[in-house]
Amino acid sequence: MKKLLLGEQGLLVIFVVAFALVAIFVPNFLTERNMLGLLQSVVTVGIVACTMMLCLAARDFDLSVGSTVAFTGMVAVMVSNGSGSILLGIAAALAAGTVVGWLNGFVIAKFHINALITTLATMQIVRGLALISSDGRAVGINDPAFFNIALSKFLTIPTPIWVMVALFVIFGFILNHTVFGKNVLAIGGNPEASRLAGVKVDRTRIYIFALQGLVCAIAGILLASRITSGQPNAAVGLELSVISACVLGGVSLAGGRATMTGVIVGVMIMGIAENAMNLLNIPAFYQYIVRGVILLLAVLLDNLRSRALGRR
Amino acid sequence: MAYLEFTGITKTYPGVKALSDVSFGVEKGAVHGLMGENGAGKSTLIKILSGDLHANEGRISIDGQEQKYASTGDAFDNGVIVIHQELQLVPELTVAENLTLGRFPATSGVISRRRMIDEVSARLKSAGIEVDPRRKVKSLSIGERQMVEIAKAVMLDARVIALDEPTSSLSSHESEVLFKMIDKLRAEGKVILYVSHRMDEIFRLCDSMTVLRDGRMAAHHPSMEGLTREQIVAEMVGREISDIWGYRPRVQGNVRLKVENLSGSRLKAPASFEVRAGEILGFFGLIGAGRSELMRLIYGADPRHTGVLTLDGATVAADDPHGMIRAGLVLCTEDRKHDGIIQGRSIAENINISSRRHSAHAGILNRAKEVETAETYIKKLRVRTPSRHQDIINLSGGNQQKVILGRWLSEQGIRVLIIDEPTRGIDVGAKSEIYDLLYQLAEDGMAIVVVSSELPEVMGICDRLMVMCEGRINAEVARDDFRENQILAAALPDKAVPQSMTLS
Repeated sequence: MKKLLLGEQGLLVIFVVAFALVAIFVPNFLTERNMLGLLQSVVTVGIVACTMMLCLAARDFDLSVGSTVAFTGMVAVMVSNGSGSILLGIAAALAAGTVVGWLNGFVIAKFHINALITTLATMQIVRGLALISSDGRAVGINDPAFFNIALSKFLTIPTPIWVMVALFVIFGFILNHTVFGKNVLAIGGNPEASRLAGVKVDRTRIYIFALQGLVCAIAGILLASRITSGQPNAAVGLELSVISACVLGGVSLAGGRATMTGVIVGVMIMGIAENAMNLLNIPAFYQYIVRGVILLLAVLLDNLRSRALGRR
Repeated sequence: MAYLEFTGITKTYPGVKALSDVSFGVEKGAVHGLMGENGAGKSTLIKILSGDLHANEGRISIDGQEQKYASTGDAFDNGVIVIHQELQLVPELTVAENLTLGRFPATSGVISRRRMIDEVSARLKSAGIEVDPRRKVKSLSIGERQMVEIAKAVMLDARVIALDEPTSSLSSHESEVLFKMIDKLRAEGKVILYVSHRMDEIFRLCDSMTVLRDGRMAAHHPSMEGLTREQIVAEMVGREISDIWGYRPRVQGNVRLKVENLSGSRLKAPASFEVRAGEILGFFGLIGAGRSELMRLIYGADPRHTGVLTLDGATVAADDPHGMIRAGLVLCTEDRKHDGIIQGRSIAENINISSRRHSAHAGILNRAKEVETAETYIKKLRVRTPSRHQDIINLSGGNQQKVILGRWLSEQGIRVLIIDEPTRGIDVGAKSEIYDLLYQLAEDGMAIVVVSSELPEVMGICDRLMVMCEGRINAEVARDDFRENQILAAALPDKAVPQSMTLS
């Protein structure tokens, strides 16, 4: 039992058991409609978790993702409305996200400022930018074609889910099959040793954050399309859900340990918990408590697993 | 029986005897010197005294009572205080707070600042220490902190005080203040163990002394009368070099690496030297002599202030490890745990981290090639492990060192290998394997720089030796002129270097 839970596949076991229990005991859970709804509901968290995984694996931290998602969604809507071109809006959002991420990375890597503090600052700055640019109000989308990003389907499955799956595949590949991915894990394992082994540590960290910003923009565009507007207050608290999902997925906060499958499972566990609570009509207030407890359990599990692996 | 008595102290680690049957006594009111080369067992003995380590055999008694400590706190409560090179003070607290930490003068939980200051002032005054008890420790100089640390020992009514290289970071004036305090403690009847590399301090302070060598008592002098510096040096080094080195002479080529006027923030005096293809050049010095600092500057691990590097006649432009590896120069660092191995990652990952760039295409790994590389070096270097997937943290020191060597040997076009403390924490069998590997690499034309604080090691394997002391290259010696006492004399921080040395 202990081996099963703390070993390599422990998470998958927990996931399968949780899934089976929920499927049996929660009515209407295992329906096509609810399954698609469940996947839709984790799109934002799932997409951002791809790069948060890299960030945590390199011993860094990013609190600014929620603000960046809201800000880039806002940029996408406002630029589309202003220019009449959705493509231009999307491009502007992707660029804005990348710039925010790059700035985070630059400050953290070059000035050696703690990632927690840096992104705590940018989290507020970027949220402020989103509020200022819209004067604090939601900005509706003019061109109905923008809605179609989220509404369109391919093989009966909505596009955002495809995007999330594609990113899972891409980042799984990046983590395991590229020099960049391996360098990220090495930096998390021992930054100084990695530097002395010839890894460009500063540059790699900047790339991680720039990618994080880019991926937040993708999530921001999809979210804006789904809620048919740019909302300056969108995705508040997203950073915590994403970090919870990653930690739940076995990403070590001490760095150096991460798997894409683990993160996917982490995201799904979070999604299932929320979905099941909604189906059971558990009031939203109580859901906060459950989410907190899940995070706490995740950290405890991480701790136990680290000890089982003989690391401090 | 003496007041403080060590009887038959033996400490073994797997494969190594750190201390073997060490017995001596120190009387009340005496300062006892402890000398020996790095690795002779001084620190181990001090750690056993302070309860940090436990002896396998033997006992320690104070005032006729056998002492058995479960921890350092236990030793502390029994009046045994060790003052380490790294001090144990809380920087954000004041001197007074530090000195009363754990037993603040308080009334129902409210600290009486005045009582605290008064109490500490009186103590400091009686000890002759001029430090304002209201100052924060972080604002004090290293010397002043050392004084505060000693004041702590005084305030706690220590019976035995051990000082481990206390003057290594003190100015000569600060050292003098320290010596006066030690004289005072002696007069009060304390027992003081004084560990130092500095011969003049030993003669200035000590009433008796013990020399350790390879974990054994090389000599015990109940009195310092008639002792000479030369005699002590002879006792420190007087060992037979057994032939674990297996030295093989080689043909040397042209100058491979030339270092000119290299300096940085932790190595102020510009250093220059050169090493030839096929040569093994040793760097010897005591801990803190600046050897590792120099190597880190060459490798670009720390920023260089001045200096030019030339590799095979061409100036090297690179100034960071990334660039130096590409130029063909690599460094195996001294502290494997801190900046060598990548914890939590497999052996294969640790080997491939740098050389994978040769097999990767457009940033995408060639996994088959990486497996092959890892297996090749695990086999070639005889890394003892169940598989290449093993987390490197689970390997022994020797095997970790081999993996790091594998990391660099799998690189292409490496012309200079710098290896800092190649066999620290490695058992004898693995040592010979590593030496043999270094010879092979040199025979293939690599220039090798070996840094070590073990004199027999550098004398055993190097073709030429640079001796560093207090941040400078003090002497250069060819293999034919290797004499232990002269090399050691050049490494000891003392102005008088024997005339027979070839000064660089």
